[in-house]
Amino acid sequence: MSYVAFADRDHEHEHHDPDTFITKYIWSQDHKVIAIQYGLTAIFVGLIALGLSAMMRLQLGFPDDFSFINPENYYQFITMHGMIMVIYLLTALFLGGFGNYLIPLMCGSRDMVFPYMNMLSYWMYLVSVIILIASFFVEGGSTGAGWTLYPPQAIMQGTPGVDMGVLLMLLSLAVFIVAFTMGGLNYVTTVLQARCKGMTLMRMPLSVWGIFIATILGLLAFPALLVSAIMMIFDKTLMTSFFMPAVSSMGVDPGYSGGSPILFQHLFWFFGHPEVYIVALPAFGIVSDLLSTHARKNIFGYRMMVWAIIAIGGLSFIVWAHHMYVSGMNPYFGFFFATTTLIIAVPTAIKVYNWVLTLWEGNIHLRVPMLFSIGFIFTFIHGGLTGLFLGNVTIDLPLSDTYFVVAHFHMVMGVSPVLVVFGAIYHWWPKITGRMYNETLGKWHFWMTFLGTYAIYLPMHYLGFAGVPRRYFAMGNTDFLPDSAQDLNAAITVSALFVAATQILFFVNMIWSLKFGPKSDPNPWDATTLEWQTPDHPPKHGNWGHELPEVHRWAYDYSVPGYEDDFIPQNVPSDKAPAGRGHGGEH
Amino acid sequence: MLATLLGWLLKQSFNTTPWIAEQVSDTAHHGPMGDSSNTKLIALMGLLAVVTSFFALIFSAYSLRMELGDWVPMTEPQLLWVNTGMLILASLVFQWTRNGAVKGQRNRQLPGLLLTGVFTLGFVLGQYVAWQQLQNSGQFISSNPANAFFYFMTGAHALHVLGGLYVWARATIRVVLGTADDEKIRRSIELCTIYWHFLLLVWLILFGLLLST
Repeated sequence: MSYVAFADRDHEHEHHDPDTFITKYIWSQDHKVIAIQYGLTAIFVGLIALGLSAMMRLQLGFPDDFSFINPENYYQFITMHGMIMVIYLLTALFLGGFGNYLIPLMCGSRDMVFPYMNMLSYWMYLVSVIILIASFFVEGGSTGAGWTLYPPQAIMQGTPGVDMGVLLMLLSLAVFIVAFTMGGLNYVTTVLQARCKGMTLMRMPLSVWGIFIATILGLLAFPALLVSAIMMIFDKTLMTSFFMPAVSSMGVDPGYSGGSPILFQHLFWFFGHPEVYIVALPAFGIVSDLLSTHARKNIFGYRMMVWAIIAIGGLSFIVWAHHMYVSGMNPYFGFFFATTTLIIAVPTAIKVYNWVLTLWEGNIHLRVPMLFSIGFIFTFIHGGLTGLFLGNVTIDLPLSDTYFVVAHFHMVMGVSPVLVVFGAIYHWWPKITGRMYNETLGKWHFWMTFLGTYAIYLPMHYLGFAGVPRRYFAMGNTDFLPDSAQDLNAAITVSALFVAATQILFFVNMIWSLKFGPKSDPNPWDATTLEWQTPDHPPKHGNWGHELPEVHRWAYDYSVPGYEDDFIPQNVPSDKAPAGRGHGGEH
Repeated sequence: MLATLLGWLLKQSFNTTPWIAEQVSDTAHHGPMGDSSNTKLIALMGLLAVVTSFFALIFSAYSLRMELGDWVPMTEPQLLWVNTGMLILASLVFQWTRNGAVKGQRNRQLPGLLLTGVFTLGFVLGQYVAWQQLQNSGQFISSNPANAFFYFMTGAHALHVLGGLYVWARATIRVVLGTADDEKIRRSIELCTIYWHFLLLVWLILFGLLLST
């Protein structure tokens, strides 16, 4: 481990091919640059989606005060908020962003195996984002069909954005899927083929495992969305009747006959449920590594963690219809899917126990990434437990159309992965930029976000029990709801705006750090994984200088008895005690 | 396929004790950017898995939609038999070319590639003519769900064939210009052959599905 070479590093020095600004930062084939491009684009659209949710909350909290939000807008906000957050932010950020950055560095490779295809993947993603944003500005605006885009209403008169809006949405999804497939084949092949010597599968950090399995899920599940998007485009433009039943639209027969909206729902959720785990598995993996590193303790039950990831990935393909209990399915069918849904809770619970047991008697350092990781355990347990309720048909039926569901899925796949995203950014920021951020500001960011999101979503469960329906623009005459429901809604809105505003702390901190942050140590957390052992800091093009690393141990040699340091990097040979470096781990 | 994957994963992970540090034998891994033909083969297998998922979902949508009342079975154009023959020939010739390439018989390269191209293009053109025949007889995409599926499935398949032809064209141009070494051409031909066989298999299943319903 060299501690001299990084100090006077300058941005101009790259001893590899890309030497102009354009080849280095724009048409770059370097996985690290592509990762940052993916990340920035995803965060940018994510901010748009955050803005949309603020508008929705304004309407819900103070129904009569904002004349510029009408029912059509409101549905467009819901739709675009959901679609952007799930696909264009979380999927792209975890796999395109962290996947791109971490896979080659953690596996000890110089780059992805197909750098050119990797670059194409990002640019296709950017095209899909541009198409998506363009749909805001076409005649009629973006689609307001809900993020699930259920036919027949998605493409029938009366739904906002029924002409260009929905077509651009479907087109954007198709382009996104092509982009993802190019990236995904790259990630899978890189993990399988380009690991450095000694990096067996069972020595890979769990981050890589999570991203790897999530990518496989994506590759197999996204085709379902592609098929349904194409068929819906045909229904809309060529008047086929794949999904469109015989309907009358505003007194006119549009010419459809006999199609099945349920068929769309099956296809959509065959993608939609694995999608949950496409977002969750990378988060599981990353959080495992963060917990282990900042608790200075090996991850509890590594092999079990790997197999839990694989089991969750497999099971996620046979639970999809639990999103469709209210579609009027055969009770035996519902029983089957309720059972599989409850079974998937087993490997998930194993993971949660192992995280908690990793903390047990650890040397816990409550740095910013650790705070976010522990916060994730809380929000994930809450969201997961309500999932057990909703997984049962009898409980789901009355709750399905209420805010209980909104609270559940925001807790489990909104807040939880986003907390991991923040934790991961705070964790790897020194590696990516070579600079530190302000810890205090980061801790403020965590506490305000964490407590703020509880203030938003905990009351939503009560609203759901009380019967407040979701998807409604305004409540109207609802005698069964007490007036206090509206007060609670107003309180939620205030919390939501507060949390949204809090994110400014994050951006201020990071932008400040880029310019004025103190230079960081190459391995500020005393972590074992390979990305912290690069000869250059931050790593340069090619990652490893002249010689590739060689791996001799797993990624979790923390506090090994008999060693002076409390960590042993993966590339330290098995017969050598690490050279004494004083006390590791204290910062 | 899934069973193989699972078995392989089991082999990798059972009876391992990752927490014990030790040297790993040289056979465990090549370095990054190692054997690139193997890398491309794995990527191709990944792509085939994606395409399999894509078509399997279309086929299951087909069988679900078929059950509904407004479905009128379609009579497929007889031309499809000729097209099927073309695609089988293309696959056979590609295999012949591949076998030659593996044995280092350069004289098979160009005629083999060109002949494959002719048959494959013949298939795509034939599909287009079949579409025309249907259109002329008043069988439009919106006439009936069976028609809609016919156009969708054959179109999707033909697009995949065209994608293969793009790779084929790159290899063929390099052979014609003589700009690539034998090793590269051989790898190209090997991978293309797998893709061609795969698309033939998809077509046979698709055609069988169309005929039987």
